[in-house]
Amino acid sequence: MIRRFPTLDTAVSRFFLAWVCFFRILFGKKLPDDAAKFLPEREQPKLPPPPVDKPVEKPKVSAGQHQKEGALALLALLQREGRFIDFVRDPAMLDASTSDADIGAAVRAVHRGCLKVLEQYLSFEPVMPQDEESKVSVPKGFDPSEIRLIGEAKGEAPFRGTLRHKGWRVVEAKLPALAEGVDRTIVAPAEVELSA
Amino acid sequence: MRILGIDLGTTNSAIATSTETEATHAVPITQVTGPGETAGVATLPSFLLLPGEHEVPPAQLQLPWSGPLRYTVGTFARERGAELPHRLVSSAKSWLCNPSIDRTAQVLPFRGANRELEAEMEGGERVSPVNASARYLAHLRAAWDDANPDEPADEQEVLVTVPASFDPVARELTVVAAREAGFDKVTLLEEPQAAFYAYLAAKGDAWRKELSPGDVVLVCDVGGGTTDFSLIEVAAVEGNLALERIAVGDHILLGGDNMDLALAAIATKQITDAGKSLDAMQQRALVHQCRRAKEQLLGEKPPKSVSITILARGSKLIGGTIKTEITREQAVTFLLDGFFPKVALDAKAQKRRAAGLREMGLPYAHDPAITRHLAEFIARFERMPTHVLFNGGVMKAAQLQARIVELLGEWAKKPVRVLAGADLDLAVALGAAHYGQVRQGKGVRIRGGTARAYYIGIESSMPAIPGFAPPVKALCVAPQGLEEGSTVELPDDELGLVIGELSNFRFFAAATRKDDGAGALIDADTQGLVELDPVEKLVEADGQRKSGELVPVKLEAHVTEVGTLELWCVARDGNGRWKLEYSVRERE
Repeated sequence: MIRRFPTLDTAVSRFFLAWVCFFRILFGKKLPDDAAKFLPEREQPKLPPPPVDKPVEKPKVSAGQHQKEGALALLALLQREGRFIDFVRDPAMLDASTSDADIGAAVRAVHRGCLKVLEQYLSFEPVMPQDEESKVSVPKGFDPSEIRLIGEAKGEAPFRGTLRHKGWRVVEAKLPALAEGVDRTIVAPAEVELSA
Repeated sequence: MRILGIDLGTTNSAIATSTETEATHAVPITQVTGPGETAGVATLPSFLLLPGEHEVPPAQLQLPWSGPLRYTVGTFARERGAELPHRLVSSAKSWLCNPSIDRTAQVLPFRGANRELEAEMEGGERVSPVNASARYLAHLRAAWDDANPDEPADEQEVLVTVPASFDPVARELTVVAAREAGFDKVTLLEEPQAAFYAYLAAKGDAWRKELSPGDVVLVCDVGGGTTDFSLIEVAAVEGNLALERIAVGDHILLGGDNMDLALAAIATKQITDAGKSLDAMQQRALVHQCRRAKEQLLGEKPPKSVSITILARGSKLIGGTIKTEITREQAVTFLLDGFFPKVALDAKAQKRRAAGLREMGLPYAHDPAITRHLAEFIARFERMPTHVLFNGGVMKAAQLQARIVELLGEWAKKPVRVLAGADLDLAVALGAAHYGQVRQGKGVRIRGGTARAYYIGIESSMPAIPGFAPPVKALCVAPQGLEEGSTVELPDDELGLVIGELSNFRFFAAATRKDDGAGALIDADTQGLVELDPVEKLVEADGQRKSGELVPVKLEAHVTEVGTLELWCVARDGNGRWKLEYSVRERE
């Protein structure tokens, strides 16, 4: 069986679905055949066709476990394409005597690989489109999780200030779906080249 | 009904769709992209990995619609397969049209000609070229069905593209592979025509302003592993513009992968000259980087050089990086002038030297100069293109396009214009989906029919002379340009089928004999005649006919709606008709 990569969207959807089902069960109503259709249209996760005879299988892993697996899978991707773990954890990186030239030589290839992962699966846009270091106005009713105010906000919005960092929003996350029964803690397998 | 256009490519496959009202668009293909990871990608790399039990755990290969699998096709097959070349099937399509092997025998992954050595080697699953193609098609079908459960692929109108140079046997085998993949009914379409349909779809009616009667369009298709040329002529028929495919070149096993390998060989030499060495996996990373370097250095605004960095193999990266660079001059010298040299129109591609024994395997082009193959093609058909339509990922490189345009202009002594078409990686699939609409009467159709004329070998009756085989004549059974759905009868030949015996006929094709009508008899050693797989039929004795009986028959050629060529023997007494089968056994 294959699951989609857990995302914020599906976590919310699952919660919503559980909520609906909870009340249906509580009030003795028949549960929908395809509970997923109660999700908002846009957020419907793609489900495999329902098994004909088998009862619905209970998930073998908890939602928390899924999230952990998702994070490990992303790490494995960055390692596979860009040697991310090797690079960041390389003892030479902590050694002040390592030359910038040696680091620079590795960085190009590491960067190319990691960028490939980001470009292939994620698309970003700035939270605020204005130029950094320009004067901006934070409108009334803004979301404090989107815009972080630094310093004391006096009175009511709009607030005036200088844009220090424009922020990043993931517009689309088409992360790979993950198969069950694969040990995600192996973020890089050992490699043995066989002797002839 | 929906239309599905499938580009079953040598190195990449793609799928596009359209309906009566919906414009054509490509569909991402869900596939295994890493161990235990699946994602939708625009193209499906045409690679099949058949790993052994110690090599890849089946759980890592499962798809959203499957359980654990013992094989995988697509991105991960290509990537992991580079480390397991003995388990990797690639270029299945080129094997499909290779008469030196039996294409229904389980010979892939190919392990060379030495049968005894092969027998000693460790087992492992093998597939036939037909099976491999069927697996790619089956994957496309399953991925489509998973995403569109209400519109199963086998209930839609399915078009599968084939190289224009595919002979009747390879076309037939493509249909067999489609059937094996669960597509009971498909229609074949030639790839260059599909590319042209993609251009028509992208342009809408505006193409009528770009082309006029008398124009000849060269479709120049250079893919990862193959190169194909076709000519399409624009004519005026009753005041309307009509399109006709007038020439089809040979299947040339030469493409962008050769260029990447050439660049990688240069980079490897630079690295070893500097006292460093690369292992097999670093070598693979190098080829990837050389492909990127090629695209940049032959692109529109090339940098002076592109740096190639190969990371150390172990978990310690810093200090072990191997660096080299490919300069613009090197790219021009080795790629542009090596693969696309400036040649005259009378240039001939070097042929493989005739060796006593030829190793079995794919008949790779001997001459790497794509422009020499092009010159030979144009000179052979004596038609000078006025326009060129590029196709295939390699032709995205601006400098390669410019070189072709420059040479065509020199040969024609007047400028040749480029037709800007659709995305070069997806054009064939998009065009196939558009062709489905054309078949429903929406848009202009390219006429063309069979690309070649076909002949049956007939032994002349003459007294036996020891040591001399009787001379063979070639009887034209299907003239060039036979349209789909048409039938040709040959009334006057004197052929017989012997009941209970395998009747076997030699079979030939010619690309440049437009004037031979059905029934024309020429010498089998006439220049331009190419021998194909033989056709054969065993008619068993039954209540009506006794074993050994000679049944006089006449031949009938039929080009099916699917796009395959069928040859029939029709009993003159009207009691029975038998379809000749292509013999796909290996030929000496």
